[in-house]
Amino acid sequence: MALSGNIFLVITLLTTILILFESINQIIKSVASYKILDLLSKVQVTAIITSFLLLICAFIISDFSVINVYENSHTAKPLFYKISAAWGNHEGSLLLWINLLIFFAFIFFRSARKKNEENKYILWVLLFQNIIVLVFLLFLLISSNPFLELNPQPVEGLGLNPILQDPALAIHPPLLYVGFVGSSIYFSAALSSLVTQQNKRQFALSIKNYVFITWFFQTLGILAGSIWAYYELGWGGFWFWDPVENSSLMPWFAMNALAHSLIVLEKKNIYYHWSIILALMTFLLSVTGTFLVRSGILNSVHSFANDPTRGLFILLILFTLILISIFVFFRHEKENFLNNSHIKSREFFLLINNWLMVFFLAVVLIGTTYPIFLQVISDQLISVGPPYYNFLIVPFAIPMLLLMGLATKLSWNQNNSLLKKNHLAYLVLSFLVLIIINITIQNISFLSSVIFISAFFLIFQNLHEIVIFLKTKKTLMNYHFSHLGFALLILFIGLNHNFSREYNFNLTPGEKVDLDHYEIEFKNLQQTNRENYNVLVGNFLIQNKKTGKEKMFFPEIRLYNNPQTITYEADIATQVDLDLYLTMSNLPRSEFYSIKFQSKPFMLWIWVSVFLIALGLISKFFLRRYGKID
Amino acid sequence: MSRIIQILVLQIFFIVLPLKAENITVNEVLKNIRCLVCQGQSISDSNSDFAITIRSVVEDKIDEGLSKQEIYNFLSSRYGDWILLKPILNKYTYLLWFLPYILLAILGIIFYRSFKKKM
Amino acid sequence: MERLIKKILILSAVGFCVTVLYFALNVDHTYNTKSLINKTIPQFQFKQLNQDGLIENNNLNKNFTLINFWASWCAPCKIEHKYLMELKESLEDEVLLLGINFKDKKENANNFLTTLGNPYHYVGIDEDGKGSVDFGIYGIPETILVDQNQIILLKFIGPLSEDDTIKIKNKINE
Repeated sequence: MALSGNIFLVITLLTTILILFESINQIIKSVASYKILDLLSKVQVTAIITSFLLLICAFIISDFSVINVYENSHTAKPLFYKISAAWGNHEGSLLLWINLLIFFAFIFFRSARKKNEENKYILWVLLFQNIIVLVFLLFLLISSNPFLELNPQPVEGLGLNPILQDPALAIHPPLLYVGFVGSSIYFSAALSSLVTQQNKRQFALSIKNYVFITWFFQTLGILAGSIWAYYELGWGGFWFWDPVENSSLMPWFAMNALAHSLIVLEKKNIYYHWSIILALMTFLLSVTGTFLVRSGILNSVHSFANDPTRGLFILLILFTLILISIFVFFRHEKENFLNNSHIKSREFFLLINNWLMVFFLAVVLIGTTYPIFLQVISDQLISVGPPYYNFLIVPFAIPMLLLMGLATKLSWNQNNSLLKKNHLAYLVLSFLVLIIINITIQNISFLSSVIFISAFFLIFQNLHEIVIFLKTKKTLMNYHFSHLGFALLILFIGLNHNFSREYNFNLTPGEKVDLDHYEIEFKNLQQTNRENYNVLVGNFLIQNKKTGKEKMFFPEIRLYNNPQTITYEADIATQVDLDLYLTMSNLPRSEFYSIKFQSKPFMLWIWVSVFLIALGLISKFFLRRYGKID
Repeated sequence: MSRIIQILVLQIFFIVLPLKAENITVNEVLKNIRCLVCQGQSISDSNSDFAITIRSVVEDKIDEGLSKQEIYNFLSSRYGDWILLKPILNKYTYLLWFLPYILLAILGIIFYRSFKKKM
Repeated sequence: MERLIKKILILSAVGFCVTVLYFALNVDHTYNTKSLINKTIPQFQFKQLNQDGLIENNNLNKNFTLINFWASWCAPCKIEHKYLMELKESLEDEVLLLGINFKDKKENANNFLTTLGNPYHYVGIDEDGKGSVDFGIYGIPETILVDQNQIILLKFIGPLSEDDTIKIKNKINE
């Protein structure tokens, strides 16, 4: 198995090198015959997919002669997790990266030819993309080869890390990689566009779909990660501003900005160089994120085995890519804008989106990397945690939401009046809703109030548009869904934050505690053995004092054996209006157990909102056929 | 009708507030303290032995009447600034706190001017 | 010309970042509390393990004090124990060894000392671990060397190694 895997990797390497030579050849000749490249491209993609499938096979059959399988799998592992272990480790995930790099190259090559894009442009994209492939392939073969052999073959594997055996965690990397790695294609396209001095609008048309697709997958990937953290990590949070989470968020901001600036580029042929910069930045941020996560430079909940030599490799790759970008950009940049635009126009407001997105991106980048810089330069250790990010970012939700509501009603070119009559109506409605919330539930902070008003403003605006569409079949845009999803997300996060309750107390089995709306009885403790761990299960009866409804909860303390770990499993009751979240941990040297009980409103709707955002992104590909949706 | 609701709400407030206030304050403080033996979690989110001890110490300090800032000062004087999740503002962190705003301003000026230039 | 300047500026910024990141790869990221060095230890009070009365700052009457936080349930504490015995013997006159028994049970602590030997002049107990927080302890074993003015000279996190005992001796001889 290891041997055949390596064979296909080498085939991939050879075809990549040949593609590089052939593309250069065709560029020089200026008479593009795609026959050879077509063949090579097909061989390349087949070879790399085969090698990945071979790795998966090795996991399925538990072939422990392959070091990667030995380190990351175990015969007792359920089949689904054996398969997902293939990409859940450094070497395997790198192989997946390369698969996606090549896959996107392949897709681009085919579709660009079908769309009759300029030959020189296609060839240069292929060239740049394959340079990236080559660099990563060399990295894999030299330092991170999943197909290294172990002789003699061990009988059993090492890898039964319980935390990694979870469905959301299994699909979260592939989803994210389609985002991260997919952005490579418009990185290469940006370089190619500069080199071939492509018609600017053409650039937007060429990469538009890729941007939305990668953005879609990135959104879903982040969602899957948050859901996993919420259900698995046992603290009731879904976002921790953890360096690995931040690494996936930064490209998301860049994709967001890029998608918006491409809209202007396509319509008005301006913001070309800025779009190029964004396209370059997205993939560079992905590689930076990979570097931060895998080099061991940062402390994080995510545990890729960290290795400074890998870090060095990735740093070199990153540096090379940045150098290429700078070199190509400055060689071919030309200033020649012509614009008869007005400040109060759609195109300027889309630029404001970019402005805010870059700000958010900067906050996350600075927050994540500042401790590293400070330690190297001044030998000081500090932590930058959620309070930093929340302080800087949360207030900007207000202008974001309000401007989104105004901008979508603006026309191109013109000197628009910003506030339409409807806007005032939405604002008034929002105020009313806020007052109702304040009266019926409880007082909320001033900042939260303003955020709620802004969120409702955008919600009403988009709901109104959808209602108009349903009545008159007038044009509905895909962004109405995404923007609505975004506004709902902010709303539900705000409600969740303001109205969540957390109670901490210590109990022994048999005891009861009385809280404001709930009564919790620690009925008893059971100890059992399961497949690959021992578990202490707490039986709790929780009664809602208002409704009288009762439910049993079973939080767990699990002791795994290989490797030796303790995990705390929350029991979560997901309901439509709120989640009830119960965790139990033992107090050392004591009969008591430390219990944390949380009531968290609207959790389900937080997930639904993100899903709605993602749906909006992808809807542009599907809704064209049904009525007038654009 | 709304009167009744208001009265009920106020009642719940007064029963609940003492219990909740205590919880809120302790947790508020703990959310800003890093669990040193964990991977980036706050004390509030951690089950570790260290977290349990710190929680107890913080509860004591709150009972003694210390303010949030005093508790943070106490912990950072013993464990270093690393234990605080919200970086304190000192000569080492001015850049951290101000750079994003500086960049925002610079970028805003660049965008505005280049947009106007084109007109 | 202006573009050349822009290019150089950006290249330098990138070069700077990459260099810092390169060095960061080799920097030690484990937590340490060296910020405590040269600070005074707090006013403390611990009950004694086997005697009545308390141990306080004014009990530290030698030129140096070595405060060692340990427990019977801590495996690395067993490993560093021999170094503590060795330090007691070679530095008897100059250094007072204060052991703080951390989150432990008295019988277990006494068993530990009976079996492995007692290197301490005084043994204090900190059953809930809260007193140790005042010393910046987060996990044992940890050891602090203070001078007669109760200023922290050295702080060790983790079991003492032979190198550490040499460092201690050198510091004392300065």
